[in-house]
Amino acid sequence: MFELTLSGLASLLRDRKASSEEITRLFLGRIARLDPALNAFITVDEEKALAAARAADARIARGGADALTGIPIAHKDLFCAKGWKTTCGSRMLADFVSPYDADVVERFDRAGAVLVGKTNMDEFAMGSSNESSFFGPVRNPWDRARVPGGSSGGSAAAVAARLVPAATGTDTGGSIRQPASLTGTSGIRPTYGAVSRYGMVAFASSLDQGGAFGKSAEDLALMLNVMAGFDARDSTSVERPPEDYARDLARPLAGLRVGLPKEYFTADLAPDVAAGVQAAIDELKRQGAGVVEVSLPNQHLAVPVYYVIAPAEASSNLSRFDGVRYGYRAPDYADLNDMYRKSRAQGFGDEVKRRILVGTYVLSHGYYDAYYLQAQKVRRLIARDFAEAFGACDVIAGPAAPTVAFPIGEKTSDPVQMYLEDLYTISVNLAGLPGLSVPCGFGAGGLPVGLQLIGNYFDEARMLNVAHQYQLATDWHRRTPPGYGS
Amino acid sequence: MLSAEEVRRIAELARIELPEAGVAALQQQLNGIFGLIEQMSAVDTAGVEPMAHAVEFPQRLREDRVTEPDRRAEFQRVAPQVEDGLYLVPKVIE
Repeated sequence: MFELTLSGLASLLRDRKASSEEITRLFLGRIARLDPALNAFITVDEEKALAAARAADARIARGGADALTGIPIAHKDLFCAKGWKTTCGSRMLADFVSPYDADVVERFDRAGAVLVGKTNMDEFAMGSSNESSFFGPVRNPWDRARVPGGSSGGSAAAVAARLVPAATGTDTGGSIRQPASLTGTSGIRPTYGAVSRYGMVAFASSLDQGGAFGKSAEDLALMLNVMAGFDARDSTSVERPPEDYARDLARPLAGLRVGLPKEYFTADLAPDVAAGVQAAIDELKRQGAGVVEVSLPNQHLAVPVYYVIAPAEASSNLSRFDGVRYGYRAPDYADLNDMYRKSRAQGFGDEVKRRILVGTYVLSHGYYDAYYLQAQKVRRLIARDFAEAFGACDVIAGPAAPTVAFPIGEKTSDPVQMYLEDLYTISVNLAGLPGLSVPCGFGAGGLPVGLQLIGNYFDEARMLNVAHQYQLATDWHRRTPPGYGS
Repeated sequence: MLSAEEVRRIAELARIELPEAGVAALQQQLNGIFGLIEQMSAVDTAGVEPMAHAVEFPQRLREDRVTEPDRRAEFQRVAPQVEDGLYLVPKVIE
């Protein structure tokens, strides 16, 4: 039963073949048995989960069920959920119990989904391996000596190990697509502004976007149907009529134009990943899609630009953590300034501090034009490259990550090596576009490889259509990591 | 290249205590990051409009009325130190 997709679980519930309480107990049991070796969860609350499951069962009995009513899910631990610890993977918020719900959390509650727990993550979503969490690294279910990717590594590992059917995540520079690629799960980051940022702890506000992990593209469509939508409480939420993200799933691919950026297929890409991605492109062609080479000439500038803009926005956003209104306060200090300095020094981990310092520097007097303003201008050039490319194609295809999952500890000593992990994902965030990753094979060591699809603004339904048609012809997305299939 | 003095200065601006023993290692890491960032410095961006946000749209205006209820007690429950509805911090005026 734990292998079922969201729609599979929904039909069990609808046909009264299983209750939400039974399904929820099954997944809670898997978490209790399998998560100690993975560390995918920071908080699991059986009592709250079972209460929500019983409420869902009552709702189903009344005949008022929605698509996800009664289905267990997990939220990345940066979505504020009232009465739940919301830690952001940080000592700074280790004891923070949120007094309110994020918009995303409210939407899943209203849909009747059953929240079983909050997933581990890189501290404040800053990382590509989940090693910067105050609560310890998450392990990749395909090889527990390796990382699951990050920053949404807990959500990715939890879905890969079938500890929950689906989970939320956020993607500021690749934090959904890269871990999806490394764990053999499906993950989508929608267009900037599609999912409300209200109650989502801020990292880099012009890049942050909530999204989802699931076992299939169809699952992702069902998750987005719940998550996305206008919210007046987020000033950058885009006002659009509600849409059904599953509406185009069945469309054949004949006539589809797939763009392949030549800058994505270079020596930076590991040969095993390249082979998996190429095989996926061949499958799209077999189904009648046409392939066209496109160019993103400023692609090599995406990582440098991101490491100005994201730290700048982070240094501003994280200035709120002052040990006064919420969060960690140092036990001993001489005066107010010392309290700020010590609370922040002790409450934040090394990577968060590095990024705050980079951001502080690039925004400081005399440097703003050379760094932040220049980065915003190059950002425009990167966005224009995509606009040009989408003149010649409907979706862009390529790798989501340059390699398969790497060993824990391999990249922690050199921040720049870690940053280059997001080589193929970051430009999408800078442009504000939607992107997804679906499993497309296995590389060295039997580790999963992901195919990234990038769409034009608000073209999620089309991307999900392509991913779904690909998954109808392949079974990579149905593979379960060895040891997690029973 | 950032000097050790600049590293100390930005740590002070960011209100993050930096033990002297950590300055050299941090300086080296930050300079590695700035080495990466430098790649964008040489790009000719004359006449390019800065892109501040991913999606460009006008700011919405809302009706000028009270929409938030008073949730002070609830919000202060998560504060490190409060008294009579006030946040407590070390004395700033002698």
